[in-house]
Amino acid sequence: MSTAEQEALIIRRRSSWWQLLLRDRFALVAALWLICLFACFLFGPELFGKAATTLNLRARNMPPGSTEQGWLMILGGDALGRSILARLIVAARNTLAIALSAVFLAMIAGAVLGMIAGYFGRGIGHVIMRFADILQSFPSLLLAVVVLYVLEPSVPNLIIVLAITRLPVYLRVTRAEVLEIRERVFVDAARALGSSRYHILRRHITPVIAPTLLTILTVDFSIVMLAESGLSFLGIGIQPPEITWGLMVAQGRNYLSQAWWLAFFPGLAIMLATLSGNILSNWLRIVSDPEQRWRLEAPGKNDA
Amino acid sequence: MAHFLGRRALHSGIALIGLILAVFFLVRLTGDPTALYLPIDASLQTRIEFAKKHGFDRPATEQFLVFLKDVSEGDLGYSLRKQRPAMELVLEAYPTTLALAGVAMTLSIVLAVIVGALAAYRPGGVFDRVGSMASLAGASAPDFWVAITGILVFAVTLRWLPTSGTGDLPYWILPIVVLMLRPFGLMVQVVRASMLGALSSAYVKTARAKGVGETAVIFVHALRNASLSVVTVAGDLTVGLINGAVIVETVFGWPGVGKLMIDSVIQRDFPTVQAAVMVTATAIFLLNILIDLLYVALDPRIRHQ
Repeated sequence: MSTAEQEALIIRRRSSWWQLLLRDRFALVAALWLICLFACFLFGPELFGKAATTLNLRARNMPPGSTEQGWLMILGGDALGRSILARLIVAARNTLAIALSAVFLAMIAGAVLGMIAGYFGRGIGHVIMRFADILQSFPSLLLAVVVLYVLEPSVPNLIIVLAITRLPVYLRVTRAEVLEIRERVFVDAARALGSSRYHILRRHITPVIAPTLLTILTVDFSIVMLAESGLSFLGIGIQPPEITWGLMVAQGRNYLSQAWWLAFFPGLAIMLATLSGNILSNWLRIVSDPEQRWRLEAPGKNDA
Repeated sequence: MAHFLGRRALHSGIALIGLILAVFFLVRLTGDPTALYLPIDASLQTRIEFAKKHGFDRPATEQFLVFLKDVSEGDLGYSLRKQRPAMELVLEAYPTTLALAGVAMTLSIVLAVIVGALAAYRPGGVFDRVGSMASLAGASAPDFWVAITGILVFAVTLRWLPTSGTGDLPYWILPIVVLMLRPFGLMVQVVRASMLGALSSAYVKTARAKGVGETAVIFVHALRNASLSVVTVAGDLTVGLINGAVIVETVFGWPGVGKLMIDSVIQRDFPTVQAAVMVTATAIFLLNILIDLLYVALDPRIRHQ
């Protein structure tokens, strides 16, 4: 390799993550889309809350593609003549809030339990691992059905149920990493200096496992969103008048043969959001993997 | 090996008992089925008799002991809804789900291996990009939405396929395709990633140097090692497949275990829920042990001590 090439390699290696993002077209579109959705999440209900509940009987089951009743009706009207676009934007808050809260709750609870299982003796570790076995060996949807039928299907309960079903993943990963990290020299050194177990876990172990857990989190976001939509679709998730995209598909199902757009657009919204999440998490995985990073840094990849 | 299997069976047994305990008490928290099964104007006398007949007048812990004793005698109780042994209902619904899941799983594994292997052969090529995108889309699509959109397009508009129900081949196409989406999408990515690793390894170079044909290199040398990761995710995917089966059976009106469980939970038919959970969980545990055995058979380096 000539020196010029070596220099080029060094410069390329320094390219920051947003330069890499600009270079990958799919990841860029996915990121922009998620930012859009996040804007809907923050401001949607305040801006379009009124439009989403205004009945307009002339726009009942109005087909999409026409702005006769105003541009909000571009995606058509639902059975009561409410704007589908406005309802989608408003429902983004519930849909994203449930998915985000559930994955963060699962990550924190899973990490704490995993640290306990990995760092504090074998006895309690066994108990926690069997608990994870139970959760993982049974279809999460059925578990959620039973639990949601016991508790009432409110937003907080839905978040808790979804978090419980995703918890074993974080628990197992954390425990495996803790078991390995606790044998490293810097942990021994901290222990020799008299650090408490709590201090070691917080200051020395958490920073090492956090990137791994955050990578899983991005994948889980899509999984949890699909699970919530499925539950709402079956009628045991979110209850009206609250709305999520999954519930909108369920409501539109009754009008499928007369007005397909009622169920189609909310489903498309779910799919685009999960797809963006998956694309972005794939991209993140490649960027954070030194062995694969060159694939993104190699010039002309997208022009080929 | 025997020791490993023994420990594995012990762990599975503990998890199974934990699960049954949880389900037993959780379903009882959903409310008293007496109110749901007797007419509104039923006398107090009939209500007491109904509760007594099914043991609901006793404390839940006592009900559990009776349940354990009955289970040890092979009796899982009578369905409240259908007035038939709960086990009979579950075993009747089982073949439907098993056939649906079996066909979907086999097809997704075979297709995913072919697509994933070919995609990894030329990373960044046209086939790789189309395949990766398609698999991502498959893994991201909400199955219930694909199901109703499929019904709308192929059954209502084009009239090629029936809308719902069971029967011969045309009835199977939509449910199978919908059920395949998630496992196929995830597995293509797993196969592709591990094939990328295998194809750049030394033994593949050796095989090529020996003059082995490319087809044999891909599908014999590399794939055998890449198949380990497929086996690893297969267990989780099968558990996930039951989630999909619940949705598919509900949307297409298939009389399988998933639909039976949903209906039973909603109608507080406790014995049927318990029987269905027990059978499903046992099947999943057996499958996991089978996967462990398969793992050893595929990779001689793994010896469970």
